[in-house]
Amino acid sequence: MLFEVTLSGVTLGGMYALVAMGLTLQYGVARIMNLSYGELLVAAAFAAFWFYSGLAVSPVIGLIVVPPIAFALSYAIYRILLQPLVRRAKTRDALEVDSILATFGLLFVIQGVMLALFGGAYFSYSFLSVPLKIAGATVAANRLLALLLAVAIGLALYFGLTRTRIGTAVRAVAVDPVAAQLVAIDVRTASALAFALGGALVAAAGVLVSMFLTFNANLGVVFTLKALVVVIMGGVGNLLGALIAGLILGLVENYVAVFVDPGLTLAATYAIFLIVLLIRPQGILGRSSR
Amino acid sequence: MSGRNILLAAAAVVALAVLASVPMLVSDYGLSLAVNIASYTVLATAWSLFSGPTRYISLATVAFFGIGAYTTAVFVETLAWPLVLLIATGVGIVVAAIVGLATLRLSGVYFVIFSFGLAELVRQLVTWFEVNKTRTLGRYVFAEITASQIYWQLLALAVLVFAIGFWINRSRLGLALRAIGDDETVARHAGIDATRAKVALFVLSTVFMTLTGAIMAPRWTYIDPAIAFNPVISFTVLIMALLGGVHRLYGPVLGVVPLALLFEFLLARFPNHFSIMVGLVFIVIVYLVPRGIAGLVESAVRKPA
Repeated sequence: MLFEVTLSGVTLGGMYALVAMGLTLQYGVARIMNLSYGELLVAAAFAAFWFYSGLAVSPVIGLIVVPPIAFALSYAIYRILLQPLVRRAKTRDALEVDSILATFGLLFVIQGVMLALFGGAYFSYSFLSVPLKIAGATVAANRLLALLLAVAIGLALYFGLTRTRIGTAVRAVAVDPVAAQLVAIDVRTASALAFALGGALVAAAGVLVSMFLTFNANLGVVFTLKALVVVIMGGVGNLLGALIAGLILGLVENYVAVFVDPGLTLAATYAIFLIVLLIRPQGILGRSSR
Repeated sequence: MSGRNILLAAAAVVALAVLASVPMLVSDYGLSLAVNIASYTVLATAWSLFSGPTRYISLATVAFFGIGAYTTAVFVETLAWPLVLLIATGVGIVVAAIVGLATLRLSGVYFVIFSFGLAELVRQLVTWFEVNKTRTLGRYVFAEITASQIYWQLLALAVLVFAIGFWINRSRLGLALRAIGDDETVARHAGIDATRAKVALFVLSTVFMTLTGAIMAPRWTYIDPAIAFNPVISFTVLIMALLGGVHRLYGPVLGVVPLALLFEFLLARFPNHFSIMVGLVFIVIVYLVPRGIAGLVESAVRKPA
């Protein structure tokens, strides 16, 4: 029992980690506090649903198709909607306020479109829902597949950021956008790239989540909040921190849902958030900035 | 004391008398519109009371509004009305103090994130409590309160929020808050206890939101957590305050009146696409009128001189 709950907690935590890695790219590198972030996850989940039940296309194929679309969409959002704010902002704090406001508006637009298309009902589809036996515990095959794919995507991201030239440039911008210009890094391009990459990651997570969770058009806000909490918990801009914090959150939530009450999972998230705020506001692996 | 001040005071008294007689002059539909505008006036002014000088964006308006509404729903049949309002105030203060003490000693972004999910958290907790403990979801609000009485209570609340805002602007607290908004580090070095000032003002501003929710609850005869904690309310308040301008006390009202009328129209014409429309209106405001109508008026007045 405990092993099964832990395993499904790790799956959920893996999703949170993936979602938070994307957000930490957007917030840590592009300096955009994106409140509409989770809406893209829900949109991707709906896309995967539509592929599977409308066109009979497997979500694994959806995983190849949807993230590039989300990448292009996020890139366009950054260039058209957010870059004017970046130019206008005199300080980092001013940009933070402006981006919070603009993306808060975007949240309601995207959510409104999804509500108009799908209504407020819950959706799910049955893909690979066959039980597997692992070390005496029963696991749904779709959860296991989702976890493995999340690990693969996370590893690809990690090596992409640490082993390639572009990845190094993106990380340099996260550390210091002004100094990065001194070593001939195009900060604007790197920021747009990081923002778009974040969008692609959250869309990938959306496809994976749709394989084993029920979802509706209002779920985006909750995912955004959890991603924000994980990012703060792990330390802003820190991928490894996001991974650890995501796993912790997924595990705690699953334990609370199974052993206490499923209605209290968000309360568990907030309890963790409060503890982090009180003990270590810079995050588990974060450096103190002020 | 100049003649100008006396004139202003007299104008305020006349305006108040006109506003107070609105229920006698208009139709039922007009009154419901007036109640709407009055409630958003209190909410938006209370919002900018805190978020204006500190520049901390609170996304949790509806958390406190909903707490007030739910308090009314629970107690209105068993307790006297002033007692209900008192309990609502107390609950609101406790929640606001917890939120404020946890987040406001840190930089603003933590506060924004915390407030972002607060309404959803309170909604889930209330739902959990109702389902598991009282075994009902949704409550009927039966109260002997007419729409006119609600309107007058909201008007009184609006006068109170303006009076307090006026007083804060002239007090040491207001000066401290403006210093914090300009540069918190400098303010701290000047000997301002920034955390205490912020928490105090946050609690004060949320009291008005909680009370508005408590007073508005009898307008719905039935409430459940999804109605009381509807995030669109937080969003609407934010838009109205920003359109009006948050750096002046009278600013939010300038945003409330046109937007309340616009939203009434949109809700009637596009009920299914309402949040798309509101989102687009909001984005336009953020890009085109970042300092609000009050800011536009000021620069228009200053230019000819």
